[in-house]
Amino acid sequence: MAKIQLEDVTKRYPDGFEAVKHMDLDIADGEFMILVGPSGCGKSTALRMIAGLEDITEGLLYIGEEVVNDRTPKDRDIAMVFQNYALYPHMSVRDNMGFALKLAKVDKAEIDRRVEEAAKVLDLTQHLDRKPANLSGGQRQRVAMGRAIVRNPRAFLMDEPLSNLDAKLRVQMRAEVAGLQDRLGTTTVYVTHDQTEAMTLGDRVAVMRAGVLQQVDAPQQLYNDPANIFVAGFIGSPAMNFMPARVDGSVVRLPMAEVRASGPIAANGGGNGLIAGIRPEHFQDAALVGADKRTGGATFRARIDLLESVGSELYAHFELEHEGVESAELAELAQDAGTAEVPGAGAGNVVARLDPASQVRQGAEAELWVNTSRVYYFDAATGGRIFAEGAR
Amino acid sequence: MSHAPRDRVKWLIAISVVVLYALIPVLWMISLSLKKSSTIGTDTSFFPSDPTLDNYSALFKSGSDFSRALVNSFGIAAIATLIAIVLAAMAAYALARLQFAGKALILSGSLAIAMFPPISIVGSLFNVWRNVGLFDTWPGLIIPYMTFSLPLAIYTLSAFYREIPWELEQAAQVDGATPFQAFTKVILPLAAPGTFTAAILVFIFAWNDFLFANTLTSTANARTVPATLAFFTGASQFDQPIAAIAAAAVVVTVPIIVVVLIFQRRIVAGLTAGAVKG
Repeated sequence: MAKIQLEDVTKRYPDGFEAVKHMDLDIADGEFMILVGPSGCGKSTALRMIAGLEDITEGLLYIGEEVVNDRTPKDRDIAMVFQNYALYPHMSVRDNMGFALKLAKVDKAEIDRRVEEAAKVLDLTQHLDRKPANLSGGQRQRVAMGRAIVRNPRAFLMDEPLSNLDAKLRVQMRAEVAGLQDRLGTTTVYVTHDQTEAMTLGDRVAVMRAGVLQQVDAPQQLYNDPANIFVAGFIGSPAMNFMPARVDGSVVRLPMAEVRASGPIAANGGGNGLIAGIRPEHFQDAALVGADKRTGGATFRARIDLLESVGSELYAHFELEHEGVESAELAELAQDAGTAEVPGAGAGNVVARLDPASQVRQGAEAELWVNTSRVYYFDAATGGRIFAEGAR
Repeated sequence: MSHAPRDRVKWLIAISVVVLYALIPVLWMISLSLKKSSTIGTDTSFFPSDPTLDNYSALFKSGSDFSRALVNSFGIAAIATLIAIVLAAMAAYALARLQFAGKALILSGSLAIAMFPPISIVGSLFNVWRNVGLFDTWPGLIIPYMTFSLPLAIYTLSAFYREIPWELEQAAQVDGATPFQAFTKVILPLAAPGTFTAAILVFIFAWNDFLFANTLTSTANARTVPATLAFFTGASQFDQPIAAIAAAAVVVTVPIIVVVLIFQRRIVAGLTAGAVKG
């Protein structure tokens, strides 16, 4: 086990494209670090540089106390789980798991002991002599994990290890991976594009965009306190609602309400323009908000276009009259999620998470309440967060 | 599906015609090899009136050039195949996986060699071989066979390697394998069907060749079966060696048929690669 440190690491391809730009990241010994971001953000490249499968163009990579830039993968003492598992099809599960030990010339009895121990942990004992082709997706995934853990390496590197599983199995394996990492206490770097996975698994989450690290924080911190509009839009499901805001003297005008402007916002708002972000749960059916609490927000009326009930929650979709927001970061997120191609999505469409006790009806006008103290503000040009007074 | 039985009859007829068309020369050859050489001109029926194995026993009687030629054929084809496959396996791996300067040149160069008509170099090769002492030796045949079959082997194998997910090698590297170990322990076993296909193709090429074997040899020292057949003589100078040639032709065809039958599945699997999945 060891800490992993990236110091100003850059990956530049021969054609000049920079996949990872000046990345600094400290991963503590035993930490479960998630690299998350939309496809093409450089998270896999970063992981592969740690593994030694990609050369590092600039910067230093430490595993433990040593700089390992020039070491081949085999001399880094790391184990990797690949997206497609990369099991050796011609070897039995036992040989797959024992391959690394065999190459390291560990003696036969010791290999058997460690493989069987790992198989027991992963519930693979009765499959040890089968070939990968005869295993289900979940079993293959566990073999890939097993291949990593039998070696007892200094770090686990996982490249979207759960993305080939179907939804239910993924949730189950997610819990298993988290439990395993917790038990073994091995430093783990885990790459995913799925923000739910990122939020539930990691000790800390590093959000990347276009090769640049956006924010590294504990999941809850990331959710409550996003550093910029990209992190705000990426983390959370359903995603944060964005709308233009305008500073007008001492108030900020949102499409449905006015909020008292505070120091930094009043100072900044006139310049680059302002985008407001509100998470779905910060809306509520006004009828369910006590009169005493209403003062912390504003009420407005909107026609509910669509109502989705998932039992414990109620998602209300409605339109707000505004011209939409212009932001490269948000456009990229929409592109990645595929929503850019859905007509009518984006501009003006807002999702609110209401209490299931709410009586709002689809197609009818409803009175909604928004918690204006929980509105996030971003600089429209840079995407940076503008903190309300004393928020930090 | 009321047409099914009639369709099947049509298919049967069509297939029979094709099979007969392909097999008649072979069957005729077998028939000839079973006739007495003295009756060849008179016994015109397909089934020999008085079948005999004399022709075969004459082929293998002690001191005959044929046994020696068979050894030459096997040895030369096997060694050429071995060397060609070892070289092709490594070359194909590099071509499939690595980016290096001159890659396109090597690919087009090997293709050019495959297109090159052997007959155009055989004359000069004859002179060169005589001067360097390779004439009428095993290496004298092994070298051209290897050279002319390498492009085919490289193309077949690199197609195979490309089908193997790159992650497998990376997994092996992370597991602690050197690039050479990753190649021998992971890639080679997975590419085995392709290697077999390539090996069989090279072997058949070397086994069947007449041009080099006839030009670059002068004695039983290195003469292979196809060339030896041309030098067959009858019992007397008035005796046509037709039956003996037929018997020898059957003997050289048998190993090829056996090899193809044994590896039929692998060859088909090899030619329709893509079944390798991670």
